[in-house]
This record gives sequence, structure tokens and C-alpha cells, in this order.
Amino acid sequence: MDYSQFLAMKQEISLLVLFLLVFLSDTFASNRGCKTIGGLTCVLFGLFTLWGFCPVVIGSDTVTAFEGMYETSPAIVAIKNILNVGVLIVLIQSLKWTASENQVIRRGEFYELLLLTLFGMYLMMSGRHFLVFVIGLECASLPLAAMVAFNKHRYESHEAAAKYILTAVFSSAVLLMGLSFVYGLTGSLYYGHIADSMFSASTSNIVMLVVALAFVISGLGFKLSLVPFHLWTADVYQGAPTSVTSYLSVISKGSAAFAFLVILWQVFGQVYSEAWEWMLYALIILTITIGNLFAIRQQNLKRFLAFSSISQAGYIMLGIIGDNAMGEAALMFYILVYIFSNLAAFGVIGAIENNCGKVSMTDYNGLYKTNPRLAVTMMLAMFSLAGIPPFAGFFSKFFIFTSAINQGSVAIYVLVLIALINTIISLYYYLLVVKAMFIKEEDEFTVAPFRSALTERIGMWVCVAGILGLGLVSWFYDSLLSVVGF
Amino acid sequence: MFSNILIYFVVIPVIMLAGLALCRNIKQIRAVAVTGSLALTALSIYLLVDYLGLRAAGHTEQMLFTGAWDWFKPLHIQLAVGVDGISVAMLILSSIILLTGSFASWKINPLPKEFFLWLILLSTGVFGFFISIDLFTMFMFYEVALIPMYLLIGVWGSGNKNYSAMKLTLMLMGGSAFLMLGLIGIYYHSSANPETLTWNLLEISQNGAISKGWQYFLFPMTFVGFGVLGAMFPFHTWSPDGHASAPTAVSMLHAGVLMKLGGYGCFRVAIYLMPEAANDLAWIFLILTGISVVYGAFSACVQTDLKYINAYSSVSHCGLVLFAILMLNTTAMTGAIMQMLSHGLMTALFFALIGMIYGRTHTRDITKMGGLMKIMPFLAVCYVIAGMASLGLPGLSGFVAEMTIFVGSFEHADMFHRVFTIVACCSIVITAVYILRVVGKLLLGPVQDEHHLKLTDAEWWERTATVTLIISVAAIGCFPNFFADLIRWTFSSDIFSVIGMN
Repeated sequence: MDYSQFLAMKQEISLLVLFLLVFLSDTFASNRGCKTIGGLTCVLFGLFTLWGFCPVVIGSDTVTAFEGMYETSPAIVAIKNILNVGVLIVLIQSLKWTASENQVIRRGEFYELLLLTLFGMYLMMSGRHFLVFVIGLECASLPLAAMVAFNKHRYESHEAAAKYILTAVFSSAVLLMGLSFVYGLTGSLYYGHIADSMFSASTSNIVMLVVALAFVISGLGFKLSLVPFHLWTADVYQGAPTSVTSYLSVISKGSAAFAFLVILWQVFGQVYSEAWEWMLYALIILTITIGNLFAIRQQNLKRFLAFSSISQAGYIMLGIIGDNAMGEAALMFYILVYIFSNLAAFGVIGAIENNCGKVSMTDYNGLYKTNPRLAVTMMLAMFSLAGIPPFAGFFSKFFIFTSAINQGSVAIYVLVLIALINTIISLYYYLLVVKAMFIKEEDEFTVAPFRSALTERIGMWVCVAGILGLGLVSWFYDSLLSVVGF
Repeated sequence: MFSNILIYFVVIPVIMLAGLALCRNIKQIRAVAVTGSLALTALSIYLLVDYLGLRAAGHTEQMLFTGAWDWFKPLHIQLAVGVDGISVAMLILSSIILLTGSFASWKINPLPKEFFLWLILLSTGVFGFFISIDLFTMFMFYEVALIPMYLLIGVWGSGNKNYSAMKLTLMLMGGSAFLMLGLIGIYYHSSANPETLTWNLLEISQNGAISKGWQYFLFPMTFVGFGVLGAMFPFHTWSPDGHASAPTAVSMLHAGVLMKLGGYGCFRVAIYLMPEAANDLAWIFLILTGISVVYGAFSACVQTDLKYINAYSSVSHCGLVLFAILMLNTTAMTGAIMQMLSHGLMTALFFALIGMIYGRTHTRDITKMGGLMKIMPFLAVCYVIAGMASLGLPGLSGFVAEMTIFVGSFEHADMFHRVFTIVACCSIVITAVYILRVVGKLLLGPVQDEHHLKLTDAEWWERTATVTLIISVAAIGCFPNFFADLIRWTFSSDIFSVIGMN
């Protein structure tokens, strides 16, 4: 056996080592050591994130390992690094919450579960065999249910966890059904083999193929909360602890989007126009529009961001539909920017929730008068999510539209036009938050002035720096383009 | 990069933003705002002199002071700058209005620092837009100029400000949604060779690679996109509400400069890059802008709120800009640019005066005011001058602009154009009706409210703002040839020969 192929998995292996370190120190350390577990995890994870940026040990091209079951390439390393940065911010932002009275006993478990789900996401993105992929998917989904239920004393948290686990299991079942069809059609679970036999099978078994693909897409659609598979999203986002919600909305969604791209392009790339182009058209239009329309009426900010994240997922899908390298880079860049913008918003929501437990939009009335910095951070996050220049969200939206139009058909122009009109609807509800903070007068419900914890501030500063810098500094997008070989 | 003079039109506002962030009190804020906008004015006048010098020395390029620096290289996005006579004129207009706007908001309250931060961010967008010749950069600056309006109106506005701010932002952003699609479409058809696609305006017009079929699709997208900001019927409805609710300096900048972004963009992007489609489709938009011209003027006649009157008058005058651009001949287009300058200065003067009067009387309803000529003679006389400029008195800017437009429009010999020209001409008469009605009601006649008798006349900063604007208005009126020559250069280029323009 060639042991050097383990080198290709350097990120997975070091993540496992990191997990074991955290697990052991949590288990065997004294009570005093237990208190520093959060800080320890952050530091270790920071080092791990840096380690991910070190060049891959064996060459920089695509490397496969274990008979082609596992693959890594510069693009995959890049998306893992992007997710790592996001996870690091989530970890830093969650320090205050995990140190709170109710959580402090079980805080170690939070970090362990989180690292395990990240491991699962790595496998989802790197797997080139559906068995590996499904293991990764389960590994990424099931611990999340425990994390959603982490606020043991709150009823909503339990309800959310129950909803999450049921939908996760159900969607896995649907996905497996689809995969069994694919196996029946092609006789293999390797991505490459399936794609090869798809070419010959595409004409004769197209109906069967479309059915199989519909199952696969709906299974993944649950994970990505695409409409019409989005029904769990709002309740889970609202019920889960804010740190878990932010993790769910950016990291889980980002990894699922990339895995979706890999599967659609590598496995089903041959049958683009026959089988999934039109499915994706419908999904994108539904996701963006319905996510937006439901977001307008929300008063709870976590629920509000849940619907906003549904519509953002629709925009992310635009990177897939173009079916070109530019789209892959645009999708990764969109995820990167989305991580920073959404985490800034969740950072503010979390800070205010930790301080006084308020999450309703009316509580934010006149926030600029009482907590100007939080209000400005929130405003930047909203502008970035809405795609207003010079903030990063504008660039990511522009690039994802550009990459989609590169496909060139008239239908894609119509699709992008619908997406663009939807950005106006989304601008309306993002502005509602800005209006509450800046324009409305403060009333008795307004959050009183307070100073947020140092860790929360660090998290928000990093996010603000990202929102301001990621777009204007062209290096980020240029290097993503070079990573995908554009 | 920093050896190019144009870059400083963006650098100075950015420095101003940083300076404002450090300010501690209102005096420092005023100092930063006035120093910065004076520097911008000086820079734009220096640019004008330099530009004329280069043209006199025989430089015949389409754009001068060009420079391009790679930004997103794989996508061919550059930070490309360059100016011709039109841009120079627009830069001067913007800097003068920013300067006078700073004076007009001398006593802004509350949150003066935030007010100026947003105002300067808005001007950064405006200046960046006028110097850019790269479609991406241009569009970015365009949107940078739009979004501050929401907070400027929402926080510092008056009346039904929440509604107006949201309506204005969403409508303008709706326009830019179409625009974005149009621009991306232009990019993908900018060159016959997919390796050399470009966002650069000059290169796209030289390549001339946009096929006629695509022009028919992309021209309406971009024209409507910019036309929303140019208050084209039926997308003008944000304008009256927005202007009426906005604070003084914001109304000035918005009507004076921001609406010019619309007209400028329609010309520079839609017509300049797609002249064939412009020639074929102009009639649709001529009808729409013709409606703007007349409808705006009639609406102004029945309003009683000073700001609404002026906002509808802006719809009418800006409609005239687009109307003239669509005539597609040198005379009318020169007139269009003159009208942009003229309307920018004149309407800024109007809004400044309305703000000053409102600051004293606390009402903008003309039925509740009267005889202000006796109480505040300086402001009243300025108002009359602004009114005269608006209705086209020779010697002031409105006359030369409108005259040029109508002469140019009448050069078309066919029935359709002539009829529409005559209809648009009628707006001059209607303008006279509503201007004289306001002057008579507001300034002359008996004093309506005895409290008004105690009011004072203009302070020094208000005098500075109004006198600067009046001088500019008179300068265009007295030396029209200077400005016409500055502008006309652009239209002599051969891109318009495609459509047989004279």
C-alpha cells in the first residue's frame, strides 16, 4: 500500500488529530483545565487554519487517493480553507455563549461535535465515491442535531432539534434512494465510472436518469434548504442557539453547495442540458423568490436571516448553473463573502441576545443611539448581503451573475433578470433592519447601551474587515480564479 | 496611478471621509467639508484649464487624461479613467454643488458628522462615476452614489420621509438591476474574440462588435436603467416624493448632480455604445420623455408645496435632457448637456433657497406664505433670478440650453419629430405659468402670517451658497459658446457616423 496517499488527506488527518486533542483534554483535564477548553480550541483551530494555507505537500494538481475514492485539488483546498476561516470566526464568537452558566459544563462537547461535523463536510467535498460522500453527509448532519438542541433548558431548542433530525434523516433516505437508482443504471458508485457510463446510458434511460437525479437533487436540496425543501429552516434557525445557527447557515450551507457543484458537474456533467439544467432553473427561481417573500414579514431576526439565507442559497446556485470554471470561482467567492457578511449579522444578534435576550426587530429601534458600533456592524452586514457597493456582497453578486451569463443562452438572461429583480425585494427587507436601527426613534424596548465581550468584538471586527476588504482587494477573487484554472 | 490627475477626484473625498471620521465638533466638520469641496472645485477648474490647453495643443483623442489599471484581471475589469468635455463639465458642476451644499447644510441637526459622512460618500460615487470609462467601475460608483440617499432622507428628511426614502431607493435600485444585466450583456458582446472581452467604453465602441439583435435587447435595458434616475416617465414617481422629503443639501445634490448621472449614463453607455439600436428605438423613448416634459410641467402647476413644485419641474427639465439626447444630432445633444449643467445649477439654487425659506417660516405651503420680498429681500431676489433662469430668460442658463435643444430637435424634418418638438416647446410656457404663480404668491402680495415679519434675511453662509450658484448660472447664460465648444467635441467623433448623424 502506498502510504504517501495519506499526505493528500493532510487536512482531514490534522482535523482528526485536533479533534482528539480537544476530546482528550476535555475528558482528562481537571476542572480548571475544562474552563480553558474554548480558548484552547480556538488557538488550535487557528493554527490548523494557517496550516491549511501551507502548500499541499505533493504537488499542486489534482491528487486522488484510495483507488480514486478521495480527491483533493487546489480548488478543494481553497474551499476548505474558506470554511476553516468561517469556523474560526464562529468559534471565537461562541466563546462567550459557551462560558455562560447553563452551558459551561457541556462546553467541551460543543467543540467536539462541531469539529466532527466539519470533518464530515470535508469528506462530502473530497469524496469521489458515493459511499464516502454519504458517510461524510451523515457525519456532518447528525452531530448538528445535538448542537441544535444545545440550549437544554429551552423548549424551542428541543423542537428545532427534533425537526432537524427528522428532515436530515428523511433527506438522507431520499438521497440514498436516488443513489440506488444511479447504481442500478450504471453499476458503480465511483463518480468517474458513473459519468462514463452515463454517456452511453443517457439516450436510452433518460427518464430513469431524471428520476434518479430528482431524488439526488432533493436530498441535497434539504441540506441546502432550497425551496421546496426549505420548510425546516426557519424553525431550526430560530430555535437553535445563535452560534449554532450561524454555523448552520454559513458553514453547513457552504460545504453542501460545493458538494452539490462537484456532484452535478463531475457525475452528471454529461447530461447537463437533458437532465438538470431546467431542474436548477426552477429551483433557483423558487428559492430566491419564495425565500425573499417570506423574509419580508419576519419580526424575529434569526427567522428573518433564515429566510434571507434561503434566498442567498438560490444565488449560490447561479454559480452552478453556468457550468464553467468561472462559476466555480464565483461560487467559492460568494460563500466566502457570505460567511463574513452573515457572521457579522449573527455576531451582532448573538451579542445582543447574550446581553439582554432580545432578538426582535422592534428591539433594534434606535439602536444607533444606544449602541452605535453594533448598529454600524449590522448595517454593513445588511448592505453586504443586499449587494451594495463598495462592500464585498456587491462583488460576489456581480461575479456570480457574470459567470452565469457566460453560459450565453437567452434563458439564462431571463433567469439572471429574475434574480436581479429579487435583489431589489431583498434590499427592501434588509433596509427594514437599517431603518429600525437608524431611523426609528428609540423606545422602552430598545437595547440599553452595553459593552460586548472582547471575543465577540474580535469576531465582529474580523467580519467588518472582510466586508470592507474582500471585494475591493482583487487578490481574493483573482486567486480563486487561478485556483480553478480559469 | 497617482500621477493621473483624475484619481484625485476620488482620493480627495476618501480623505474627507477619513477626516470626518476623526472630527469631534461641528466646527471641525464644517472645516473638513468646506476645505475638501473647495479643493475639489479648484481641482475641477484646473482640470478644465488643462483640458482646454491640451485640446488647443492639438490632442484629438476621444478622451484625455486616460489611464487604466488592472483590477480583476481575469475578468478584464480595470480601474479605467478618462474625460472628455462632457465629463469635465459634469465634474465642475458636481464640485460647485457639493461646495454650495456644504454651505447650505451649515446648521444641519442632528448628527452632523454622520450627515456629512453620507453626503461625501454620495459625492465619492458621483465623482467616481464621471471619471470612469470602465463599465464595471462606473456601475460600482453609480450604486455607491445611490444608497446613501436612503439614510440621508430617512434620518434627516422631513414629512413622509420613511415612505419616500424607501420608494426612492427601491426604484433607483430597480433601475440598476436592469442596468447590471445590460452591462454584463454588453461585456459578453464587447468583442468578436472571446479572449479580448472588455469593459472599457472606448474599446467597446471601437470594436463595434455588439450585433444589432443584441443591441435591441441591451439598449432598452441600459437606457431604462439610467432613465429611471433621469426621471423618465413612467419611472419618475420617486422624484417628487424623494425631493420633497430630503434635507436641503441632499435635494440640491440629488436634483443637481445625481439626476445627471442618469442623463450622462444614457448618453455615454446606451447611445454611445449602441447607436444603431438607439436610432431605431429612439421613438419609443421620445414618446416617454416627451410625456415627462409636459406632464412634469403641468403637475408643477397644481402643487402647493414649494419642494413638490420644484421636483416636478425637475422631472420636466430632466425629461428634456433625455428628449434632446434621443434626437441624435449634434445640436440637440449639445443642448442636452447644456441643459444638464443649467438644470443642475438652477435647481440646486432653487432647493437651497427653499431650504432657507423653510428654515425660517417652517412651512413650504405657498398658500400660507406671502410678501416675503419685504421680509427677506435677498432670498426673494435670488428666488426670482432662479425662476427666471428656469423659465428661460436670455442671459441666464436656461435660455441657451432650451434654445439649443429645440433648434436641434427641429432639424429633423419628419412629422413625428416636429410634432414632439412642438409639444415639448409648450413646456416653456407652462414653466412660466408655475414659476410666475409661485413668485407672485410667495414673494409679492400681502404678508400672510404676522409671525413672518420677525424673520431675518440670509446669513453669510447662505449668501455664499446662493451667490456662487447665481454666478454660475449667469456664466453659462452669458458665455454659452465657451461651454458649447467644450461639449461639442465629443459629438464630432466618428462613432455616430454609423447612424448618419450630423
